[in-house]
Amino acid sequence: MLAYAIKRTLFTLPIMLGVSLVCFALVHLAPGDPLVSVLPPDASQAIKEQMMALYGFDRPYHEQFARWLARVAQGDLGTSIRTGRPVSLEVGKAVGNTLMIATLATLIGFVLGTLFGFVAGYFRDSWLDKAASAAAVFGVSVPHYWLGMILVIIFAVQLGWLPPTGAGPGGSEAWVWDWVHVQHLILPAVTMSVIPMGIIARTVRALVAEILSQEFVAGLRAKGLSEFGVFRHVVKNAAPTALAVMGIQLGYLLGGSILIETVFSWPGSGLLLNDAIFQRDLPLLQGTILVLALFFVVLNLAVDVMQTTLDPRIQRA
Amino acid sequence: MSATAEGPVLDIRGLRVTFTGGARPVRAVDDVSLAIARGEVVALLGESGSGKSVTLRSVLRLHPPRKTRIEGTIRVDGTDVMTLEGAALAAFRGKGASMIFQEPMLALDPVYSVGDQIVEAILRHERMSRAQARQRALEWFEHVRIPSPERRLEAYPHEMSGGMRQRAMIALALACNPKLLLADEPTTALDATVQVQILLLLRELQRELGLSMLFVTHDIGVAVEVADRIAVMYAGRIVEIGSVRDVIRTPRHPYTAGLLATRAHGGRLSGNRLPAIAGSPPDLANLPPGCAFAPRCGHAGESCMHEAPPVVAIGAGHEARCVLLKTAA
Repeated sequence: MLAYAIKRTLFTLPIMLGVSLVCFALVHLAPGDPLVSVLPPDASQAIKEQMMALYGFDRPYHEQFARWLARVAQGDLGTSIRTGRPVSLEVGKAVGNTLMIATLATLIGFVLGTLFGFVAGYFRDSWLDKAASAAAVFGVSVPHYWLGMILVIIFAVQLGWLPPTGAGPGGSEAWVWDWVHVQHLILPAVTMSVIPMGIIARTVRALVAEILSQEFVAGLRAKGLSEFGVFRHVVKNAAPTALAVMGIQLGYLLGGSILIETVFSWPGSGLLLNDAIFQRDLPLLQGTILVLALFFVVLNLAVDVMQTTLDPRIQRA
Repeated sequence: MSATAEGPVLDIRGLRVTFTGGARPVRAVDDVSLAIARGEVVALLGESGSGKSVTLRSVLRLHPPRKTRIEGTIRVDGTDVMTLEGAALAAFRGKGASMIFQEPMLALDPVYSVGDQIVEAILRHERMSRAQARQRALEWFEHVRIPSPERRLEAYPHEMSGGMRQRAMIALALACNPKLLLADEPTTALDATVQVQILLLLRELQRELGLSMLFVTHDIGVAVEVADRIAVMYAGRIVEIGSVRDVIRTPRHPYTAGLLATRAHGGRLSGNRLPAIAGSPPDLANLPPGCAFAPRCGHAGESCMHEAPPVVAIGAGHEARCVLLKTAA
């Protein structure tokens, strides 16, 4: 088990290298001048060249990549052109904020999704199945910014129960785990949760229906297990796939939904990416994409390792 | 130890199973009556779709209740199985009667170790600690002659060979000392050499433990090997029942006679065609009004086509459902 985990971890190293190369290339292939947002339009050619040299943009790409990679390996993602602060600091804060709502959203989505999925799978073709499946389709297909705005109108404007936007008094800098701040999480997290909810519900429904049609379920009944006893077996059979889907969903949500974070002015990675793109802040963009991509790789690794502990049929060589 | 101890272990009367899930109801089993005495082995012999497995599964009420209509009575050691519901039904399954499935790879949960699945069954029916249950599972593994049983208890179904899996399945079925053992073609999915081993093991266990057994098979050789009596099924009905000796030596129903003739004998001259029964079994959703076998029967007369054949007693415990026997008698 441990050997497998180590081996699987080593396999991620080339993946990470590839990810960083793609990420560097994408950012530099995009047209536009990276310094356009910091330099005044009438800046002299000399100043421009001086700035280019300062950020290393004048060197050949492969050299830029090598220098960047060497610094990244030491934990230095460079400096944001716009704010002049370390990219690692900016990204860390934004990813942390997104992690809060993404984790909460995934948990809500997973709980509701598995619930709907199990109900639909167990009572296939009944009205319960149709209701649960309808909820799942709604989750996957509703425009999320629209849902976010509707929720704001209902719960913030009409009922006044929850704050409409932001991260609480003092912004995300002054975050504390108390109700005054935590209530700001609820609306964005609920809005975000309908995506994993729908996908997990549909996956679990198909899984449960497939498992229940297998002969071993008759075998379990034949040895005298109660419906609850059979249910436990169904859960363990469905768990590896359901957890894998959940992990991948968390990965997607970590990228931060630009639309949802914009609707709620949530200072997360989606908002940060948005800013970095529009202001052509190359070091920030590059760093943010890299961190998110690496997060995805690590998450997949965790899902893989977890699956092998749950499903004995996966080779643990 | 009252009257039930004297009576049959399994007593099926007028069993009729209809599947109502499809567009038209399918009568898979029609008016089947069968009794098995203590320590007796009865083989249900028939081809695919003859209703033999459906009959077997009815004893444990394994058919989905929403899509199945079951009529008649089934008693196992005096317990009326048809009236059992919920917890009482679950308590009966595995303890009153248990089942060996055709394909152990599919009938065992792939994500639990084989040992855990046996322990689970034991703990379901017996008051004992987990360690004691494990000890009992180990003893059963030794009993069914699984090599290095301790290590095998930890194995998952996919880590075992087909023969080993079926031995584990037998251990699982016997772990709670059921009164009746139901075997659903337990050797069909195995290699020919392993088939013989499993068959010998089952026969040995049956003699040693005095098991009462209902054994479903499509293989006459297997039926002869394990059974005391043979019941031949065709299109949901028992067409002939009797001792192995009577049914094999003096088959009275044309279908049984046809089945016996189709067996390949080692001494058959090469170049001779293997006899076969012409035609194919009827559609169970659309059975002919008379004898279901009549369209394929070489002896069928006019009355066979629209008159249901009666059950005719031929000798002691030997009966067949054929109109020809009545006129002969």
